[in-house]
Amino acid sequence: MAALTTFRLTTPPVSGVLRPRLIAVCLVLAAVGFFLFCLGMTVGDYPLGVGQVVAALVSEGDYYDQVVVYDWRMPRALVGLLVGIAFGMAGALFQTITRNPLASPDVIGISAGATTAVVAGIVLGFGTGLGTQALGLIGGLGAALLIYLLAWRRGTTGYRIVLVGIGVSWMCVSATGYLLARAKLHEAQAVVGWMVGNLNDATWSHVGPLLVSMAVLVPAAVVLGGWLRTLSLGDDVAVGLGTPVQLARLVLLLTGVGLVAFGTAAAGPVAFVALAAPQIAKRLVGSPVPPLVASAFTGAVVVLGGDLIARSILPDTQLPVGVVTGALGAPFLLWLLTRANRAGSGG
Amino acid sequence: MTLRAEGLRLAYDDRVVVDDLSLRVPPGAISVIVGANACGKSTLLRALARLLTPRAGSVHLDGRSIHAMPTRQVARELGILPQAPVAPEGLTVADLVTRGRSPHQSWWRQWSSADEAAVTGALRATELTDLADRPVDELSGGQRQRAWIAMAIAQETPTLLLDEPTTFLDLAHQLDVLDLVVDLNRHQGRTVVMVLHDLNQACRYADHVIAMKSGRIVTQGTPAEVITPEVVSEVFDVACQVTTDPVSGTPLIIPVSRHHAVHDRGVAVPGGQV
Repeated sequence: MAALTTFRLTTPPVSGVLRPRLIAVCLVLAAVGFFLFCLGMTVGDYPLGVGQVVAALVSEGDYYDQVVVYDWRMPRALVGLLVGIAFGMAGALFQTITRNPLASPDVIGISAGATTAVVAGIVLGFGTGLGTQALGLIGGLGAALLIYLLAWRRGTTGYRIVLVGIGVSWMCVSATGYLLARAKLHEAQAVVGWMVGNLNDATWSHVGPLLVSMAVLVPAAVVLGGWLRTLSLGDDVAVGLGTPVQLARLVLLLTGVGLVAFGTAAAGPVAFVALAAPQIAKRLVGSPVPPLVASAFTGAVVVLGGDLIARSILPDTQLPVGVVTGALGAPFLLWLLTRANRAGSGG
Repeated sequence: MTLRAEGLRLAYDDRVVVDDLSLRVPPGAISVIVGANACGKSTLLRALARLLTPRAGSVHLDGRSIHAMPTRQVARELGILPQAPVAPEGLTVADLVTRGRSPHQSWWRQWSSADEAAVTGALRATELTDLADRPVDELSGGQRQRAWIAMAIAQETPTLLLDEPTTFLDLAHQLDVLDLVVDLNRHQGRTVVMVLHDLNQACRYADHVIAMKSGRIVTQGTPAEVITPEVVSEVFDVACQVTTDPVSGTPLIIPVSRHHAVHDRGVAVPGGQV
């Protein structure tokens, strides 16, 4: 059929619809992402060229170069890469499930919940044994559970999840504000840098749990994402096409929450990435709903690029990456809102 | 393929809309549910399609409860087109129709020869082959509705449920859609159940009319059996005369309103009784 590019093999019996533009965009984004990943590792007190970094990556070149790349700079680059993937993909999941581009985890309270839990842990001193990762996960899951329960009336709808989520988000923001108000100065300082999203303190101890969780959650999201094909047509049509709508939505939301919570725990809630990356990817690919993999790559490019900008404009200050993504993301959000109003819907 | 409902009680929150309703859908025929607004006709259709879980009673497909069957399996037997569905902005006709194949596909098998045949056939039946590349939201109302019906056709279910498929369409497109439904029934032998607003269209296109009022079935049967002035008066609370549709030979309802009756103005009704 002319309208679709398709393929079909007899052995194994695999067949599908190919999207050339999606594949091309993903390849370009992956290349740009890898370039930024290497470029990020050239910046620092001990300057390296991109060539030296790549050589070090494949265990060639100078020994000290390898030490600098592996021990000092790679954790930061890896956390940036993985957090970008996590936020981009989670945003795409949430926006498609709720059929609303505003329903990203940083708007509907998942990130805010993770933040509150981590801040509570630092300020109140509990859960120091648990660590930031576990606290972030608990907070994100707690917020998600609260949203799900409050939005539940014989099943949930995307619209109600957004409304309830915004309410939960503000609850968490005030809780965080209260905790900060009663925090000691050095505690508050430690927390505030993290709260805007920060790669400055990334170490290998952050990379481990993040890498393991992403290795599970990202493939899971890609496989489960098949449900989004019917879910994006609305609940009734999706049921009619044999999708277990409530189960699918719950599992996909949990996957998204996991991505956000682990990402937030590692780098803080990097502003606007989960909101903007899927929308950018959607426009690059020209698809009706945010494409999962392209959104993940876009997220990585945005975070790695944002971190590079943050370190370039103020090399002496440790400017958090979230400040840059927020400064770029806010105008983008406004543009999105005016566009959504003009079209009369929020596709 | 038989679809039947037994002792259905349907409710939204505390409001019971349908109570103790039983129905056997005649296989291989076009059944049309008619009734005034809020009589429970769409609610009944939604329950038949498992979009609504009954508080009591059950819906059976070939003797098995559709709520106990895996939903994917139901989706291979029973298609539903809900009222006024909305496609994501920019989704093409081909992509929408392809998604109708979901219950037949697996993760690795997304475009079998059966899928291709079903999608091509559905596009041809709805005369959308030339528009396959166009986004659904840029189509006219009639074309858009045909695209959704094409999706339901591609699902290749022996039974098809349609909730007010002609809403928001102009007259020409209403007839297009209803003629297409008749094609599906006569040429492909599909059982069709639909909710329609227009009684005259129901009479023309239905093999079997189900008239509902306040959540119960008042009467059912062929249009000629069911559509009488008494039934229309009871179901719609409208006085009317029933004559024969000069085009289709089916009953034609001519409602009587408070004004505009010929004898109001002292003019004789030509030929006396209509």
